[in-house]
Amino acid sequence: MSQWPAVADIARDVQAGKLKAADLVEQALKAIDDNKEFDAIISTLADRARQRAVEIDKNPKGRLAGVPFIAKDNFLTLGGKTTAASNILKPYEAFYQATAIERLEAEGAICVAKANLDAFAHGSSTENSDFFVTKNPHDKERVPGGSSGGSAASVVLGLAPFALGTDTGGSIRLPASFCGAVGLKPTYGLVSRSGVIAMASSTDVIGPLATNVEDAALVLDVMSGRDELDGTTIERDGKSYGDLDGNLQGKKVGVIKEYFDEGLNSEVKKVVDAAIEKFKAAGAEVLEVSLPSLPLALAVYYIVCPAEVSSNLARYDGQRYGFSAKEANDLEESYELSREQGFGAEAKRRIMIGTYVLSSGYYDAYYKKAQMVRTKIINEFAAAFEKFDLLVGPTSPTTAFKIGEKTGDPLQMYLTDIMTVAANISGNPAISVPAGMADNLPVGLQIIAPMSADRRLLAAARAFEELA
Amino acid sequence: MSKLSRDDVLKLAKLSRLRLSDEEVERFRTELSSILEYVEVLDKADTAGLEPTYQVTGLKNVMRTDSTRDYGYKTEDLLKGAPDKQAGQFKVKRVLG
Repeated sequence: MSQWPAVADIARDVQAGKLKAADLVEQALKAIDDNKEFDAIISTLADRARQRAVEIDKNPKGRLAGVPFIAKDNFLTLGGKTTAASNILKPYEAFYQATAIERLEAEGAICVAKANLDAFAHGSSTENSDFFVTKNPHDKERVPGGSSGGSAASVVLGLAPFALGTDTGGSIRLPASFCGAVGLKPTYGLVSRSGVIAMASSTDVIGPLATNVEDAALVLDVMSGRDELDGTTIERDGKSYGDLDGNLQGKKVGVIKEYFDEGLNSEVKKVVDAAIEKFKAAGAEVLEVSLPSLPLALAVYYIVCPAEVSSNLARYDGQRYGFSAKEANDLEESYELSREQGFGAEAKRRIMIGTYVLSSGYYDAYYKKAQMVRTKIINEFAAAFEKFDLLVGPTSPTTAFKIGEKTGDPLQMYLTDIMTVAANISGNPAISVPAGMADNLPVGLQIIAPMSADRRLLAAARAFEELA
Repeated sequence: MSKLSRDDVLKLAKLSRLRLSDEEVERFRTELSSILEYVEVLDKADTAGLEPTYQVTGLKNVMRTDSTRDYGYKTEDLLKGAPDKQAGQFKVKRVLG
């Protein structure tokens, strides 16, 4: 399991010549090779990583100098393939990189491998990967969570000091909770989505998975801020996200009532209750708060998300890149056969649901209604944050479930995200931090902060981490 | 609004440019119906007077200078992944019969 020093320490030692980027890359590649049984990785970028290490060792600088990392395979990267764990993109090689990758590389970080995911990030377990299922580092018969399951398993297995994920409905926080990692979903728009394969554009967010909060904060600091290539990026303030004042004294913390209703596993509840007691012991003012529309967030999500998916996946038509069915006789048939053979069942499901809810005659009843309930949820968050600095609750109602347990029923799989989707619907920053174990499996505490209060979120998470 | 018929699924597949096997049509008919039934919980939510939210940043009309930029890509780079190409262009199947 994880044996890397803190990211800032690695970079400092590389800058000082005490560590070589080349050795760090080899250490990561060896760890990847030694842990193949977990199926966390789709491909390595060994050649390019080694070349970059040689260059960095000649001139070791940057806040992430020589630090290896792993990107979920829906980030476009050079030096290998970018598949989104889908058959339709199985042969795809990008000719440019995601802005997030470019910014990390500009500070000396080295992308060594691409992590497994549910194809196109559609899922909560990596079981929707068109290639293979990643195993939970704590129990190989269980899922790592998803969709960034390969990224979460990677950092917990120590394949690299940090990994990148995407979180559209909980896809960073849920696997962080299931694997025992720190998983950060920043405020919507804080990190550029340019060069990341789009799922649901109005909720897609990029963030780090790491073994500790400071590493996640440093990675966010390097990646965040306006990008001309993504018109939805927001301005960040000038202060570093790594500069954390982790004092919980006097902080007003709201415990989300709706996340403790029926459905929360009793062992998970014990761990989360104990975590909340730690906030109190550290001097926080902890009170219960109700956001009555939160139980509707999942229904909102499963209208908005497939609607945007159906639009975003329209580009995969077998004509310009990716898989193309050879046996087609005309263009129409080429589209249909390429998509039929290239998409897995979950992508097809979401494309069709999205097409349905956007159809004339159904648009107002489903899509517009969902976006109105979205407003209601946003208003409830805003009202709660008038009284509280932070909101807390479980990340997931359960610990990691068994492989195969939910694959027969898509709706049961969707319900896995019941406690994470609200922050995607509203755009608020949220983090999952390891809170303890239930039946030998990790439990995550979720903390949610007001829009753009990412630093406050990280500071509280770090303070909690020190108490845990 | 409730369960989808077989024809509904076939129509959705057609609109989505997906070809489905008979087994898939039946499977998706059941699965999509149960998802649509689940989201109908929203019917009960009181949304009187609320505007829909389509995006959460509040950003409007984000502009940049309308000028060309050289990213250094060559035509060959952009066509590298093309399933079929000819004379520096994507080649597709015939459109008209």
